[in-house]
Amino acid sequence: MSGSERVLRIEGLRACVGDVEILNGIDLEVRPGEVHAVMGPNGSGKSTLSHVLMGRPGYTVTGGTATIDGVDLLGLATWERAQAGLFLCLQHPTEVPGVSLDALLAEAARAGGRDVVAVHDALRTEAGRLGIDERFLDRPLNVDLSGGEKKRNETLQLGALGARYAVLDEIDSGLDVDALATVSRRIQEATDEDGLGVLAITHFSRLLEVLEPDRVHVLAHGTIAASGGPELVDRLEAEGYGGVLGDAAADEPETSVGLPHAADFGEDPFADPLA
Amino acid sequence: MPNPFTPESSAALPGPEWLRQRRGTVLAGLDDVERPDADEEVWRYSRIGELDLSAFAPTAGPPASRPAAVPDLTAGAVAVVTVSDGWITSVEVDGGAPDGLFVGPVGELPDGDELYGATLEEPVDLFGHLNRAYGPEPLAIVVPDGLRVEGHVVVHLHVSGEGIAAFPRLLVRCGADSGVTVLEVQTSEDVEALVASVLEATVGPAGRLRHAVLQELSPRVWQLGHQEVHVHRDAGVELFAAGLGGDYARTRTDCRLLGRGAEGRITAAYFGDREQALDYRTFQEHAAPDTSSELLFKGALDGSARSVYTGLIRVRPEAVRTRADQTNRNIKLSPDAWAESVPNLEIETDDVMCSHASTVSPVDEDQRFYLESRGVPTVVAERLLLEGFFDEVLEAAPLPALADRLAAGLRTKLDRHDTLAGSAA
Repeated sequence: MSGSERVLRIEGLRACVGDVEILNGIDLEVRPGEVHAVMGPNGSGKSTLSHVLMGRPGYTVTGGTATIDGVDLLGLATWERAQAGLFLCLQHPTEVPGVSLDALLAEAARAGGRDVVAVHDALRTEAGRLGIDERFLDRPLNVDLSGGEKKRNETLQLGALGARYAVLDEIDSGLDVDALATVSRRIQEATDEDGLGVLAITHFSRLLEVLEPDRVHVLAHGTIAASGGPELVDRLEAEGYGGVLGDAAADEPETSVGLPHAADFGEDPFADPLA
Repeated sequence: MPNPFTPESSAALPGPEWLRQRRGTVLAGLDDVERPDADEEVWRYSRIGELDLSAFAPTAGPPASRPAAVPDLTAGAVAVVTVSDGWITSVEVDGGAPDGLFVGPVGELPDGDELYGATLEEPVDLFGHLNRAYGPEPLAIVVPDGLRVEGHVVVHLHVSGEGIAAFPRLLVRCGADSGVTVLEVQTSEDVEALVASVLEATVGPAGRLRHAVLQELSPRVWQLGHQEVHVHRDAGVELFAAGLGGDYARTRTDCRLLGRGAEGRITAAYFGDREQALDYRTFQEHAAPDTSSELLFKGALDGSARSVYTGLIRVRPEAVRTRADQTNRNIKLSPDAWAESVPNLEIETDDVMCSHASTVSPVDEDQRFYLESRGVPTVVAERLLLEGFFDEVLEAAPLPALADRLAAGLRTKLDRHDTLAGSAA
């Protein structure tokens, strides 16, 4: 991997759930230290993108590539993608009775040939940074946790595992203002201090008030329909997806191919069957 | 009766006069006892149709050999009893055992004849009858009123004879306000044998009995066990079962809550692999007001192993304000594994809180994905999930040493699974 360009690169990525094509050719590049926001209406393919990148069963890649620092992600098993440096913060972190955070991270470290004790220590350091009680680390994963606690737990793992790229799938959902601030601040620090590359998939601009995106992308119909700087968030806020995509289509004809009319977005005709 | 089960072999068994008489009475009626049949609910899904009783013979005396000790489980015990091929071959009571605790052959008790059959007027099935007719002298554990025994009693049931039918019987009586922990360890040599064991236990008012079975029989042994437990006013029983071994291993448990405020907790962990069949039948009977019972059985099945769980919560009309739970969860580790899970309720009064749940499923895909997405290889992720699955059952084990040994037994089976899964991949 040495000598390779440091980038999470997605090119022409297409994927199906069952017979339904959800992603119709996604192109994205996330470099270390960058925060990319991917926004879009319900059913535009946001969650599918995150699951396909992590290799969740039930999704079939039908075209395109995804590489992480030059390594082909799509040819790897899920756990190997994680070992390659990719981390997925799940929208709905799964409850795993009987398995503690400590046990999980110890096995992850072992599989990656890393020092188990170092990961154990990193977990405690992270817990301190996030204001999480150490007793929490022995508890079964996500069991009986509130939405906010689950997302803190995801952020905790992200930090302790030392991932290089993080896909945050609606990390702002189910979070109260304080938890959102804590989680966002920690991710921002990771990008600034450790060069974490972030792909933040979100429905709302709320997250982006605390986590500053370098680039903002609008996903529609399974493709990136518009991209821009942070100012795009304000436009989305003011004009809605319909307004932004209509304008974008006018400015950039190549992205307008297949774009629906603005009015279509209200009806959510592209619902992700697994969302 | 099949050939080896002759009246002479029963009559030749030693024991106190009352015991010999009882054997004779049971023997006389043996031909009229109904043969078990898979058409009966309590034998449905079982392998009972495969049993050729005539292939086994009752024993005329104890074997010469002694089983290997189980020092991890006997450490700290107040008494250790070895029962070989159904015969009590040694009783070692620790010098520090409390006065009044009795552990030994039932014939040594002045009222042994009352203890025997105290919970079971009639055997529940053919094997209960055979146990009475062909069983050597039962072992008795008696805890007098008011005595809370520190330390546990180990009963090591071992089977060593090729082709034998063994009929061990354990009688436990906990007096009022007494308490004891009894650990049954079941082991065997690598033989083809049949074990039909019976446990009769009574827990007097405000008494507390903890009883556990660790079943580590070898792969060609058939086990057909029955446990009958009576719990009186304000008393509590904790029954624990760990099923690892055997070819076909079946235990029927009848837990009867007979006095107001009685409590029963029944927990089991089992792991069947290769061709094993593990079969559990439970009855949680509530026959008094304010009684509660809680049952949790968890099992894993690999290879072409099978498991059966059928359970009934029965609430009698007088058992108002009953609380009863029954949960059976099974994880299938291979496509050829099979688990039957049938919980049932029979409620004859209002004002009760009863629940039951049962599942049979492979390892949870979402949970596995979650662990994998953190960098844990698939095989390791499944293993973490399975160890986690058994965690809450291990926590219910009455002795840490038992939990440790069971955990080790489960790990051995998981290692085998990993090896097989690895070689298949």
